[in-house]
Amino acid sequence: MDQKLANSMPRILAHDVNIYYGEKHAIKNLSVEIPDRAVSAFIGPSGCGKSTFLRSINRMNDTIASCRMTGEVLLDGKSIYAPDVDVVQLRSHVGMVFQKPNPFPKSIFENVAYGPRIHGLAKNKTDLEEMVVNSLKKASLFEEVKDRLNASGTGLSGGQQQRLCIARAIAVNPEVILMDEPCSALDPIATARIEELIDELKQNYCIIIVTHSMQQAARVSQRTAFFHLGTLVEYGETNDIFTSPKDKRTQDYITGRFG
Amino acid sequence: MSDHIVTAYDLEISAIKTLLAQMGGMAEEQLNNAITALAKRDLVLADLVIARDEKLDVMEREIEEKATLTIAKRQPMALDLREIMVAIRVAADIERIGDLAKNTAKRTHAISEALPRKLATGLSRMGSMAQAQLKNVLDAYGLKDAEKALSVWRSDEELDALYNSIFRELLTYMMEDPRNIGMCTHLLFGAKNLERIGDHTTNIAENIYYLINGKTIAEDRPKKDITSMMTGMEK
Ligand SMILES: Nc1ncnc2c1ncn2[C@@H]1O[C@H](COP(=O)(O)OP(=O)(O)OP(=O)(O)O)[C@@H](O)[C@H]1O
Ligand SMILES: [Mg+2]
Repeated sequence: MDQKLANSMPRILAHDVNIYYGEKHAIKNLSVEIPDRAVSAFIGPSGCGKSTFLRSINRMNDTIASCRMTGEVLLDGKSIYAPDVDVVQLRSHVGMVFQKPNPFPKSIFENVAYGPRIHGLAKNKTDLEEMVVNSLKKASLFEEVKDRLNASGTGLSGGQQQRLCIARAIAVNPEVILMDEPCSALDPIATARIEELIDELKQNYCIIIVTHSMQQAARVSQRTAFFHLGTLVEYGETNDIFTSPKDKRTQDYITGRFG
Repeated sequence: MSDHIVTAYDLEISAIKTLLAQMGGMAEEQLNNAITALAKRDLVLADLVIARDEKLDVMEREIEEKATLTIAKRQPMALDLREIMVAIRVAADIERIGDLAKNTAKRTHAISEALPRKLATGLSRMGSMAQAQLKNVLDAYGLKDAEKALSVWRSDEELDALYNSIFRELLTYMMEDPRNIGMCTHLLFGAKNLERIGDHTTNIAENIYYLINGKTIAEDRPKKDITSMMTGMEK
C-alpha cells in the first residue's frame, strides 16, 4: 500500500504553506503531498488549523478578508494560486462538502443540476438529467429520492441532505473532494452510509476528510495527517498512525491524553 | 505516559494491569511448587498446585472480560490498544503456563521412587531455567523493558537444548531397562511441560516487544525442540 501510494504522482502538493488571519498564524510551514485515489484524513484538536488548510486547497480562504497566505499549493503540478487561475473553475475541480448539510432551497434536481449548468457541462436537457441521476446514484441517494426529484432539497433528512451535497459536489466531475466534518450532524446509520460512499468514491477521486472521530479516520482513510497548533505533526499510513504513531503528540492525542 | 483526560479510562487499564501482575505472580508460585513437588515427590504440595490452578483460569477470564469492556467503551488507540491486546494475550499464555505447571505436579503421583541422580539434576536445571525465564519475562513486562524481553526470547534456546539432552537421557534409561519406561514416560511429559512453558514465556516476550516498539521482533527465532527428529534413533 505504502509503495503504491508513494509511486503515484501526488494529486495535491503543498509547499511551505503559511496562513494568517490578521496577526494570528494559523498554519505554519506546512508541506505535504496528498495522493490520488485515496482518502486522507485530517485530525487534530479544535483550532489546530485543519479547516484553514483544507480551505486553502480550493481557495475558500480568499473569501475571508483578514486571511493571508504564503507558499504554494499545486493541483496536478499546477499552482492554484497562479494569477491566471479561474477560482470558480478551480472549485469545480476541487469540490467541498461542509459540516452542516447546506442544500439550496430548491428542488433536489436543481441542487444537483446547478453546478453542471453554470459550468456549461451539459449539452442539452437529457444530458443534464443524466448527469443529475448519475450523481445521485454515485452518492447513493437516487433510490431514496427518485420519485420526488422536484421536492425541496431542504425537506430531506440530515443524512440524505449530506448525500445530496455530495451528489452536488460530484456533479461537476471534480478531481478532489474536500469534506469538513461531513458526518458530525449525522446518526450512526447515516454516518455508515456516507463512509460506505467515501469508500466507493475513493476509486476515482482524491478525498480529504476532516474528522473529530478517530474511529472514522481509522475506518475510512488510507492516510492520516495529525495537526497540532498550526503545524502538520505527522502524515502517514493510517494503519501506522493508529497503532504506532511516531510522534508523542500524535500518540497523546489519539489515545485521549490531551485535546 | 501521562494520564488520560478521562480518569475512569486510566483506572480500567490499571485494573487490568494489576490483575495481570497478580496472575503472573501466582503462575510463578504454581510453577515453583510444581517443580519442588516433583523433585521431592511431595504429594501434598502437588495437590495444592492442582487445586489452585482454577484460580488462574478465573483470573484470565476476568482480564478478558475487563479488556473486552474497555475496548467496547473506549475504542483504545495506539499504545492503549496494544496494551489491552497484549494483556489479553499475556493472560492466555500465563493461563497455559498454569495448566502446564498443574500437569507437571500431577506427574508426582506417578513417580514412586527416587530419580536417578543424573536425571534429577537435569530436570532440576530445566526447572530452574523455566522458573528464571518466567520470572524475567514477568519483570520485563512490569518494567516495560524490551531489551530484557528480547534476552528472555533468545535464552529459550538453552531450555530447548536442555530438553533435548534430557530426552536423550530418558531414552537411554528406557532402553537399558524396560521397567524404567513407566517412570521415564512421566518424566518425559514433565520435561516437555517445562519446555512448553519456555515457549509461552517467549510468546510473552514477543508481546512485550510489540507492546513497547509497535512492531514484532525481526530476528529469526532460534530453533527449538528437535526431538521429533531424534525418535528415529530407537529403530
Ligand atoms: N475567519 C477567521 N478569522 C480569524 N481567525 C480564524 C478564522 N478562522 C479560523 N481562525 C483561527 O485559526 C485557527 C485555526 O482554525 P481552524 O478553523 O482552521 O481550526 P480547526 O482545526 O478546523 O478547528 P475545529 O476542529 O474546531 O473545526 C484557530 O485559532 C481559529 O480561531
Ligand atoms: Mg474546522
